[in-house]
Amino acid sequence: MRLFRLMRILRTALRAIRRNPMRTALTMLGIIIGVGAVIAMMEIGTGSSNAIAKTIARMGANTLLVLPGAATSGGIGFGAGSSMTLTPQDCDAIIRDCPAVKSAAPLVRARGQIVYQDRNWVPMSIYGTTENYLNVRDWTDMAQGDVFTDKDVRNSTKVCIIGQTIARELFQGSSPIGKEMRVLNISFKVVGVLSSKGANMMGMDQDDIVIAPWTTIKFRVGASSSTSSGTSSSTTSTASSPSQLYPNSQTSLYPVPSDTQTADNPKPVRFTNVDQIVAAANSAAEIPQAIDQMTALLRERHRIRNPKDDDFNIRNMTEMTNALSSTTTLMTKLLLAVALISLIVGGVGIMNIMLVSVTERTREIGLRMAVGARAKDILRQFLIEAVVLCLAGGILGIILGCGGSYLITRFLRWPTETSVPAIVASVIVSASVGIVFGYYPAWKASRLDPIEALRYE
Amino acid sequence: MELIELKNIYKTYYMGDIDVPVLKGITLSISKGEFVALMGASGSGKSTLMNILGCLDHPTSGEYWLEEREISRVSADERANLRNHKIGFVFQNFNLLARTSALENVMMPLSYTHEHVSDKEVKHRAEELLKRVGLGDRLHYEPSKLSGGQQQRVAVARALINRPSVLFADEPTGNLDSKTSEEVLAMFKQLNVEEGITVIIVTHDPNVARHTQRQIHIHDGLIANGQTSQGGSQ
Repeated sequence: MRLFRLMRILRTALRAIRRNPMRTALTMLGIIIGVGAVIAMMEIGTGSSNAIAKTIARMGANTLLVLPGAATSGGIGFGAGSSMTLTPQDCDAIIRDCPAVKSAAPLVRARGQIVYQDRNWVPMSIYGTTENYLNVRDWTDMAQGDVFTDKDVRNSTKVCIIGQTIARELFQGSSPIGKEMRVLNISFKVVGVLSSKGANMMGMDQDDIVIAPWTTIKFRVGASSSTSSGTSSSTTSTASSPSQLYPNSQTSLYPVPSDTQTADNPKPVRFTNVDQIVAAANSAAEIPQAIDQMTALLRERHRIRNPKDDDFNIRNMTEMTNALSSTTTLMTKLLLAVALISLIVGGVGIMNIMLVSVTERTREIGLRMAVGARAKDILRQFLIEAVVLCLAGGILGIILGCGGSYLITRFLRWPTETSVPAIVASVIVSASVGIVFGYYPAWKASRLDPIEALRYE
Repeated sequence: MELIELKNIYKTYYMGDIDVPVLKGITLSISKGEFVALMGASGSGKSTLMNILGCLDHPTSGEYWLEEREISRVSADERANLRNHKIGFVFQNFNLLARTSALENVMMPLSYTHEHVSDKEVKHRAEELLKRVGLGDRLHYEPSKLSGGQQQRVAVARALINRPSVLFADEPTGNLDSKTSEEVLAMFKQLNVEEGITVIIVTHDPNVARHTQRQIHIHDGLIANGQTSQGGSQ
């Protein structure tokens, strides 16, 4: 019974809308343009916002560093990174057990000279790692050649990939692929050249890099396992490498413990450690979860009960993450403001035309009242008319907006992204605009006196 | 057992400080099946009387019995309901919905009826009525495509859709030429004679009133005479 009345009112409203196509089109135009603009803006906005997020993420905003904690001995602290408890197995466990972590790679650092034919160079960084490192850094596109594989890591193969700066300085334009170069006097075959990444936020040239399997750097080149990220050029080489040609060329940073000290602080059997683990969270939003998961996992693996005893530190790029999230919120707020303004403009347009329409249709309203329409029937009819107009306008606007953003992507190549919440919100908002801005004209119509209305010219 | 009974109806309009009495004690009864003309010069109060009779307005005082129910004090919603069920209106300027087919114009009042009438039934009734007023072949014409007389006949069909007890026609021939006027009036008479519908025509034109059985003259808010006329039928 109710449904049948509603259907009838809806039909009456549709008929009234159809009766004056010009007025209908003009009324809807405001909403069509409003919603269309909102949808297009939202799609362009989300697209740009995501593109910006991706760019910032590529700069390393999602990167998390796991550094070994400070070792102390007899009340003497050795500074950050001096503890030697991070293992490659920790890294594997992180990849396996932390769902918020996209990828992780162990890192062993070395520093020294590289030589190719008659040229030499001291790269900013020589990293021993796995192929995951490039995933973590979002640096998977190679200029030439390929990345080394897991097998190379397991076999300590003497292969490496180099950055653009090294390709330029050492190879001077000739293709480095397949060439042999010496890193700290160990011969490495170059299998790939990384694409250019430029300077990082600190102004350091990120292309000045040699990347090799961590096993090779650790066991063949003999990087110091106790090197922290903080220590710079003078790394200690404690691991005796078969290829260490110049022993004592570097001074020892740490005091050699005496026999008594060693006895006082028995260390477990030495296991292979790495200098740090780099990991990437799935997204900037998941960084806190990633940190929590990694902390819990490492505590469990290192058998630490008291958080004070943590033998590791996890660092994130807070500065960059903040920049990222503030960019996103700013964009969202901006878009929301634009959306609201255009919808209000559209709503006022609807109200204007509905008011004119009520005046224009005074006689019709009088007639409807004369044949038995109650005030609330008239109110309902005009309200439903406004809502139907707004909804239809909203749907057309969605089509217009999607089409517009498609064209923009197509011809201007701006990144856009279909935003389902924006579409749903537009439909809801345009219906509410219809109710809010249609109510006053509808109320005015319902308040007409049938006698006056019938006499209206 | 009268269809309409007015007892001492007063209607006063208040315009600021000035009271304007329009109806000054009208007592009147109209039986079922009568064909009545409500006559009077402009300003005599005949329009006001017709608004009250047509449940568009309520009297300041007095009683209005319609089908043995006192309705001078009912609410606006209830009056709307009465207009929908008991009363049909025909206007001087037809008041058809533009760009709406004759059929839909006729069906329109039923969308405000509380009782459920199926769509099929509504359509059937409207078609029957349009056939009866002689527009069976113009069901889907819009008003702009119809002549004045045809438009008025659509309006009559619309007034009859809910089977009202009484049909009010306010200057129904005011906008028509004399030939069409005759046709429309003949149709009213036919409806009155054949269907027994009570018809009340409000007019100032004696030529129109001539067609009716009884003329009621209103003068200065009072009934001048309410006698049954002998010259009603030709």
